[in-house]
Amino acid sequence: MALSRIASSSSSSVLKPISAALTLRRPLSSDTTLTIETSIPFTAHNCDAPSRSVETSPSELLTFYRDMAVMRRMEIAADSLYKSKLIRGFCHLYDGQEAVAIGMEAATNKKDCIITAYRDHCTFLGRGGSLLQVFAELMGRKDGCSKGKGGSMHFYKKDAGFYGGHGIVGAQVPLGCGLAFAQKYSKDENVTFALYGDGAANQGQLFEALNISALWDLPAILVCENNHYGMGTAEWRAAKSPAYYKRGDYVPGLKVDGMDVLAVKQACKFAKEHALKNGPLILEMDTYRYHGHSMSDPGSTYRTRDEISGVRQERDPIERVKKLLVAHDIATEKELKDTEKEVRKEVDEAIAKAKESPVPQPSDLFTNVYVKGYGVEAFGADRKEVRATLP
Amino acid sequence: MSAANLVRRIGGRWGSLVSQRGFSTTPTSIIENGAAAEQGVKSLNLYSAINQALHTALDSDPRSYVFGEDVSFGGVFRCTTGLADRFGKSRVFNTPLCEQGIIGFGIGLAAMGNRAIAEIQFADYIFPAFDQIVNEAAKFRYRSGNQFNCGGLTIRAPYGAVGHGGHYHSQSPEAFFCHVPGIKVVIPRSPRQAKGLLLSCIRDPNPVVFFEPKWLYRLAVEEVPEDDYMLPLSEAEVVRQGSDITLVGWGAQLSIMEQACLDAEKEGISCELIDLKTLIPWDKETVEASVKKTGRLLISHEAPVTGGFGAEISSSIVERCFSRLEAPVSRVCGLDTPFPLVFEPFYMPTKNKILDAIKSTVDY
Ligand SMILES: Cc1ncc(C[n+]2csc(CCOP(=O)(O)OP(=O)(O)O)c2C)c(N)n1
Ligand SMILES: [Mg+2]
Repeated sequence: MALSRIASSSSSSVLKPISAALTLRRPLSSDTTLTIETSIPFTAHNCDAPSRSVETSPSELLTFYRDMAVMRRMEIAADSLYKSKLIRGFCHLYDGQEAVAIGMEAATNKKDCIITAYRDHCTFLGRGGSLLQVFAELMGRKDGCSKGKGGSMHFYKKDAGFYGGHGIVGAQVPLGCGLAFAQKYSKDENVTFALYGDGAANQGQLFEALNISALWDLPAILVCENNHYGMGTAEWRAAKSPAYYKRGDYVPGLKVDGMDVLAVKQACKFAKEHALKNGPLILEMDTYRYHGHSMSDPGSTYRTRDEISGVRQERDPIERVKKLLVAHDIATEKELKDTEKEVRKEVDEAIAKAKESPVPQPSDLFTNVYVKGYGVEAFGADRKEVRATLP
Repeated sequence: MSAANLVRRIGGRWGSLVSQRGFSTTPTSIIENGAAAEQGVKSLNLYSAINQALHTALDSDPRSYVFGEDVSFGGVFRCTTGLADRFGKSRVFNTPLCEQGIIGFGIGLAAMGNRAIAEIQFADYIFPAFDQIVNEAAKFRYRSGNQFNCGGLTIRAPYGAVGHGGHYHSQSPEAFFCHVPGIKVVIPRSPRQAKGLLLSCIRDPNPVVFFEPKWLYRLAVEEVPEDDYMLPLSEAEVVRQGSDITLVGWGAQLSIMEQACLDAEKEGISCELIDLKTLIPWDKETVEASVKKTGRLLISHEAPVTGGFGAEISSSIVERCFSRLEAPVSRVCGLDTPFPLVFEPFYMPTKNKILDAIKSTVDY
């Protein structure tokens, strides 16, 4: 049931060049403008959909390819680290969904804010986080982006407007409205992308967030990363209307092929302009997670292997860009293989470095509970023997 | 999905402790339901005992329902396995991901005279439903002058540490609910207790929050009667007799305290251990009688010490036993920090911390 719906949106995958420039043989200058059509049309709700023709360039496509390959490799490496018990706790991987993080970055700047749930590794990397910070955080080390205190679910990057990394499903979305209000107030022409899943879409907080962002015309873009499952529950089992882009009713929405990085870029660019002029918008990104929900979910009990391999074959976001690069003679298969090798090496080096990073000091258990100097006392056994003033 | 494996994984490390937990196989007060016919006992772990209780509850009352996130698939911890197959999709069903809605729905269902058994996937996720529990469920009977109630509502939620669950898969939020007249809070320590207490909660005419020690889901194994039995609420149990100090706890912490008692015994200190089981309304008399005998009290729980339910126990017992106390009441609890990821061993009220506190209280 789910399979037909998920695979069908790829049927028209148009990778053919439509711009005259593309008939040129190499060398294409890296900043040549290419115009490429999105895989499928956008579906709009209460707004005019943006054009399917997306402008890009050879260098942008190469960057997309490399950045997504790094994400893919990073998540696969995290999987093995988890299996060898170097990563503990809960860990949710993003492979399959890379085009959403990358396309969104291509349409925003670091003064725009992004806030998401616990599936946050790649969003962090997209905002400019380093592989070392990722792996160190995953392993609970000092060099992690949250000093080893957050773990997989709690990545943040303040200097790039990445507000993280939230564990309670749905809770981050109203926070996004607050960020957007502050942006509007300071008139700095920036917007907030608040990301949530198809499962989270059913939380009451989502509707509260929608109403206040529309009521106050906030530059908030609610991005539903619809990977079609909330843990083991298929979207149609949990949602009367799985057309998430329409669920804002009075808030316009756009359904986007979230496996097509160029479509994501186009949609996010459109959304940013819209939000600055007219207030909130919902973007539903039709995407897919290859891994199970978290590390102990094999991901194969509630969906078929055929469904997963079908998506991999027909809609994989990295393969799509790879085909474009080859078809437009921007890179050869061999060059792309080399890139992959480089990426692999980069990831391995980051892991080696992260392993050397020390675990935080036990005294760090008490820091950051309150503002430094405003601490209260924490007590241990019998309230006398062990006692610390929270720094 | 994930936490089930998580519990299994730490199983190896703690498996050996289970067999030493002598107290758990000797419950003092089993009320047999119906005919005296003993159907025999079976060795079960805690999640299977919960599962059996749910089978019994649904079987014995056609107006009972089980619902929550993924429960018709068996739930994250397998507690609801087989229920949907046996009792059908109209009585055992999945809800969307919406805790506030789940509990509000349960209150309405219960108000129509049904037994609504709601599962919240982790106790950490009960907070979106906090308002429904505190303001709707707890006060329905009172504010309607007894016209309405949601006594048929039971909320099950796994609580507590599992070794490396981090901030949002480890918390012990029981104290928040102990501050709310109108609901009951119950926490079992073992499979046999879990089945008997859960059946009592489901059949109790008041809304109950039932926290299950997820650490013990697979770990704790004991003989569980196969028939329909209930254990009384608001009755604490002296699981170990002693004369020098009284220890009070509940849930998974009981087995840690039991180990501390055994170690203290080797050093010549005789500890009395009490499982409170029901946190509100709690059995003050049993604790009071014990403290009057031993003259010393230690309370231990995983939740942060400040504002934890240990504070209430301490205060009440000081009021009742002031002149009999030979040392200040001691609390060995979680630290006053968010539940940490990498620092869990420091945070936890471990056996050694309890042992130290036993000694310093006895030597006061
Ligand atoms: C309030 C709350 N309830 C339940 C959970 C447990 N939980 C974690 S992720 C998840 C599924 C969420 O699915 P979705 O929103 O589709 O995001 P995805 O995992 O697919 O990225 C659930 C039920 C939680 N973290 N918070
Ligand atoms: Mg999802």
